[in-house]
Amino acid sequence: MAAKIWEDHVVAAREGEPDLLYVDLHLVHEVTSPQAFESLRLNNRRVRRPDLTVATMDHDVPTRGGRAAADETAERQMSALEENCRREGIALFGMGSSRQGIVHVIGPELGLTQPGLLIVCGDSHTSTHGAFGALAFGIGTSEVEHVLATQCLRQRRPKVMAVTVDGEMPLGVTAKDVALGIIGRIGIEGGRGHVIEYRGSAISGLSMEGRMTVCNMTIEGGARAGMIAPDETTFTYLNGREHAPRGVQWEQALSRWSALPSDADAQFDAEVLIDAARLEPYVTWGTNPGQSVPVTSRVPAPRTETDERALRYMALEPGTAIESIPIDRVFIGSCTNARLEDLRIAASVVRGHTVHPKVRAMVVPGSASVKRQAESEGLDAVFRQAGFEWRDAGCSMCLGMNPDILGPGERCASTSNRNFEGRQGSGGRTHLVSPPMAAAAAIAGHLVDVREFN
Amino acid sequence: MDPFTRVTGVLAPLDRADVDTDQIIPKQFLKRIERSGYGPFLFYDWRRQGDFILDRPEYRGAQVLVTGANFGCGSSREHAPWSLLDAGFRAVIAPSFADIFKSNSFRCGLLPVELPEPAVRHLIQLALQEPGMEITVDLERQRVAASGFEADFTLDPFFRECLLNGWDEVALTLRQDAAIARYETARPGWLPISR
Repeated sequence: MAAKIWEDHVVAAREGEPDLLYVDLHLVHEVTSPQAFESLRLNNRRVRRPDLTVATMDHDVPTRGGRAAADETAERQMSALEENCRREGIALFGMGSSRQGIVHVIGPELGLTQPGLLIVCGDSHTSTHGAFGALAFGIGTSEVEHVLATQCLRQRRPKVMAVTVDGEMPLGVTAKDVALGIIGRIGIEGGRGHVIEYRGSAISGLSMEGRMTVCNMTIEGGARAGMIAPDETTFTYLNGREHAPRGVQWEQALSRWSALPSDADAQFDAEVLIDAARLEPYVTWGTNPGQSVPVTSRVPAPRTETDERALRYMALEPGTAIESIPIDRVFIGSCTNARLEDLRIAASVVRGHTVHPKVRAMVVPGSASVKRQAESEGLDAVFRQAGFEWRDAGCSMCLGMNPDILGPGERCASTSNRNFEGRQGSGGRTHLVSPPMAAAAAIAGHLVDVREFN
Repeated sequence: MDPFTRVTGVLAPLDRADVDTDQIIPKQFLKRIERSGYGPFLFYDWRRQGDFILDRPEYRGAQVLVTGANFGCGSSREHAPWSLLDAGFRAVIAPSFADIFKSNSFRCGLLPVELPEPAVRHLIQLALQEPGMEITVDLERQRVAASGFEADFTLDPFFRECLLNGWDEVALTLRQDAAIARYETARPGWLPISR
C-alpha cells in the first residue's frame, strides 16, 4: 500500500537522489510555520497551492477565556499565522471558527483526509491521517517551507514494517492500549526508517477513531508514518463529509481507494505479530512511551541507565503496584484521544460518579465540532456534574504550550501521547493511559484498572 | 544554509540514549517566530538542575556533540537542530538519530554523523577522560578523527552534496517546475481542495 501511494506521487526520480513527491494536502499550524513563511517572503517566493493548504490554531490556544487569555508570544504566533494565511490566500480555521481544532482532528472530520493521499504537516503526529490509508508524516519547518513553495517534498523511500494484530481485544482494552502494546513490543526506536502498515482482524475491527489513535502513536515507536488499508468503515466515515467527493466523483474515488490495500503476496521489510487477546490496559511508568506495563502489574526494576533516570524523575520505586500510585491531575484530550468516541467512553465511566477531591480533572475536546457534538449528546453535563472542567478545543495539556500545564511534581493520568520529562509542564509527571482509564483514575484518585472499576 | 565541509572543535559528551526534542528545546521556547535565538535555551530543564555536563568550563564552545542512540526522538520541531546550531554545535555524533530530526538537521546545516555503538562509546570515554579534546569532522572525506581515533561514516549522498555546497533545496526543486506542472495537470479532478 505504501509503495502504491509512493509511486502515485513521484514527480521526478533521478539516480542517486531522493524522489521528488507531490503533496496532496499540507496542514499548517501556528508553531512550526512562521519561519517558513518568513523565509518565503525573504526569497520573494509565493505559496504554490494555497488550495491544497489548510491552517488551524491548536498548539498555543488557551482552552478557556478565549483569545484574550493567550500570552503575548502565543498571540504573536497566532497573529503571524493570520497575516500569512491572509496574504497567501490559505483557508484558516482560527480561534472562534466553528471548524477550529487540533490539526489531526479537523483534517479527517472535514473529509480532507482521504485514502491514497500524501499528507504532511509540521507536526510529528501527522501519522494520524494514515488511518484512512493515506501516506502521512510529520516534517520540519524547512520542509514546510519547501512544500509551501513547491507543493513537493524530496524523500528517500522508507522500508515497510507490517504490524499484524489478530484476535479479539479483551473488554477494557482500547485502541490506545493497542498502540502502547505495540510500542512496548517494538521499542521507541523499533520503527525507525520504516512506514508501519497495521493489519489484522483487531485493526480492521476498530472504528475510524480507534484507527486514528493507533496511527497517531506510530511516531512514538520511531516510524514517521503508520497506515491502515481503507475499507467499508473508512468509506462510511467519509461519505457525506464537507470535502469528500460526491456523486460520480465519489464512485471514481471509491474505485481508486479500493485498489489501495496491499496485495495478498505483498512483501514487507519487517513483520511483527501481536495477539490482541493478550493485550491489557497499559500505563506508562517512565519518561518515554515504550516504558509501560499492564495496570495490574508493578513498577519494574530498572534494566538500563535510562530506566533509572526515568524512575528518579517519576519518583517511583520498583515493585510499587501501579494501582497504588496516587494522581493529582487528569487530562482527557489531545490528537490521540479527544474525538467523540473517546469522550463517549470516558463519560460512560464517569456517569454517576464524582471526581476525587484531591484530583483536578479536565476534558478538552479535539475540535470545536467534537465539542458541539458532545454537548448535543449531553456529555459535557456528565463531565461537569462529576467535577471535570469542560474546555474549548486545542492541544491543551498534551504539550503545555498554552496556559494548561502541570506544576512541578504534579502527577497526571493523561490520554495524550508523550510522557517525556517536562512535556506537560516543567517537573510534571505523566502516566499515559486510555480515556476510560483516565476517567476511572479521576474518580478513584489513583491509577486503577477500569475493568474492576464499575 | 551555511556550507559544511570540515569542522575541528571541542567534543562534548552527553551520555544518554533516547534524548527527545522536548529535552533539547522545551516547548515554552517554541513561541518565537524567528529561526535564531534558541541557543540559550538548549537543554534548558537539564541545565537548570545544575552541574549539567555541557556547562562545565572545559566543554564551553564545543562544536561537536557525542551522544546516545535515537537522538532527537519525539516532536518534529526543527527548533531542536536550530538550538544546537545556535549554541555553536555544527555536528552531532550518535549511533542513530530519529528520522525527522535527521531530516531537519540536513536541511538546516547541522551534520548528523552515525557511528557504530562501540565507536561512540569510545568517543564518549575520550571526551570524559580528556575534557576539552578536539575532534575533526570532515564531510568531504566522510571521516571523524580525534586523538588516536579515526572512523569513516556514510551519509545520504544527496544531502551530503547539499551540505557541502550550502544549497537551497527549494531553489533546486523550483528548477523542476515543468515536471511539477506536468504532474499537476494529470491529478484527478475529485481530489480534495481546501476551499
